[in-house]
Amino acid sequence: MKGPVPILEIKNVEKDFGGVRAVSGCSFNVQQGTITGLIGPNGAGKTTLFNLITGFVPCTGGQIYFQGKRIDRLPPHEIFRQGIVRTFQIPRELKRMTVLENLMVVPSHQTGENIWGSWLFPRRVRRQEENNEAQAIDILRFVNLVHLKDEYAGNLSAGQKKLLELARTLMAEPQLVLLDEPGAGVNPTLMKELVEHIRRACTEKNLTFLLIEHDMDMVMRLCDPIIVMCNGENIMEGSPHEVRQNEAVLEAYLGGLGR
Amino acid sequence: MEFQGILNYLVGFAIMAVIYSIFTLGLNVHWGYTGLFNIGVAGFFALGAYTSALLTTATPDPLKFEDYIFGGNLPALLGVFNLGIDLWFLVALLGAGAVCGLMALIIGSVTIRLRGDYLAIVTLGIAESVRYIFLNEKWLANGSKGLYRIPKYLGDWVSPQHYDYLFLVVVLIVLVVIYVAVERTIKSPWGRVLKAIREDELTAAASGKNVFSFKLQSFMLGAFIMGIGGALYAHNIRFIDPRTFDPLLATFIIWAMLMVGGSGNNKGAILGAFTVWGIWAGTQFLPGFLSDPNFRFIMVGLLIVVVILLRPGGILGEERKISASAAPPNKVAPPDA
Repeated sequence: MKGPVPILEIKNVEKDFGGVRAVSGCSFNVQQGTITGLIGPNGAGKTTLFNLITGFVPCTGGQIYFQGKRIDRLPPHEIFRQGIVRTFQIPRELKRMTVLENLMVVPSHQTGENIWGSWLFPRRVRRQEENNEAQAIDILRFVNLVHLKDEYAGNLSAGQKKLLELARTLMAEPQLVLLDEPGAGVNPTLMKELVEHIRRACTEKNLTFLLIEHDMDMVMRLCDPIIVMCNGENIMEGSPHEVRQNEAVLEAYLGGLGR
Repeated sequence: MEFQGILNYLVGFAIMAVIYSIFTLGLNVHWGYTGLFNIGVAGFFALGAYTSALLTTATPDPLKFEDYIFGGNLPALLGVFNLGIDLWFLVALLGAGAVCGLMALIIGSVTIRLRGDYLAIVTLGIAESVRYIFLNEKWLANGSKGLYRIPKYLGDWVSPQHYDYLFLVVVLIVLVVIYVAVERTIKSPWGRVLKAIREDELTAAASGKNVFSFKLQSFMLGAFIMGIGGALYAHNIRFIDPRTFDPLLATFIIWAMLMVGGSGNNKGAILGAFTVWGIWAGTQFLPGFLSDPNFRFIMVGLLIVVVILLRPGGILGEERKISASAAPPNKVAPPDA
């Protein structure tokens, strides 16, 4: 299922936190149109790598390219504008805002986001607001949250917050979506739904996904290829079948108990 | 006579409550909508008051040991043009707001990245610094002797004993203008971004918002409003010195007003200002030690405790929806339509 064009290129990326080397010389590509899985034991540097890609943490070394353009050193909001959007491992919904407003705040280039915008161009602002609201309702329907649109996001259940995170990424109309453990703490029924939503978003909306996940069942069903990280580097890449057979992966996960 | 006295007192009370409402609206932009923990309201209060006073006060008189660099004497200056209305007052108000906005830009560019309590300490420190600069730099604004002879706006329109009625109308007009402007500005996508930043800066950044820039804009807008409040205060009391801007009555009581009225609600901010100022001003008539200022502050503190216990979001609390320009709820198609 590999497309020919790498949408994201990670080249020798390094990150030190004081004396701890969280990511050391990590290099891989994510191909356009894939759902790429990123797995590895705790502390392998997966979430740190997400933080590096999205600009929340600066790289110590190496380069990151998105659609051929270098993006390390850009601030998070600039990287968002390039077309990369992320979710957080623990949902970070805007608690005292409604579900609808959690989504309506996302689109870029809103005229009304200029402090003078709603004074100078009230009609354009209203039109954009109506469009954004319609789009938000569509997406809420897509993730089955539309009945909760006027509820405070803080009042949602943990699983619903996960869906809201996914909805937020769809609202952004991105090219590449980074999902940090979308399945953590989600019940099996909702998990099936989530997998379905991601797969549909990939095919219908032509998105590329890179996702961190510990639920092997979900990863094996959803992702191809899978990249395995351990101690800050990527140790292998391959299809679900290849990963399952690989000795180095077993070693990484089971700490060499197999020998 | 008795009635006249009560009425005069109430008018004076209302003027102060309206001026404090303006400060509270400014603080609401900072804290209520953006989550900027500014406990240095007194700094902008002082800066606004001094700016307006210096712009309008007459040139210093060396024989009276008056010592300040600049008595702008705007009323006399702009009287030359004689456009039929007293422009100087507007110039002084906007000037006070602009100086505070500019100060917020300068302070904000270096400190606004700080979150929560870190920003609080910085703003508190800056407010105290402003006060001490005006106290110690005598050339700037007459030091501890303060500025007096601050002119009245439209002072010759009515007789002095009726002037307060006129000034009440003036401050009310300013309050209404600021209220409408803030409501409209906040209930736009711009205000929605501020709220998102208040809720979670990282999520806002992950949604492509330039958090630094939005926080700075909010800081400047709030400071501008506080500056106008300070200017009105100066022209009401008509005498200011560094002691006027003591944190208790220039910062913390404003916080009390916002907490009591309802943070994140502009109507609540005004209601809170009137309620707390009512308690503060009303308790001075209590007999004996009860009218002691320290005791009166305890009363304000007690009010905060009661409100927090009974209505944690303040008397009015926050409004749920902020996207005023979006379609009203009934226009949205029902689910699965």
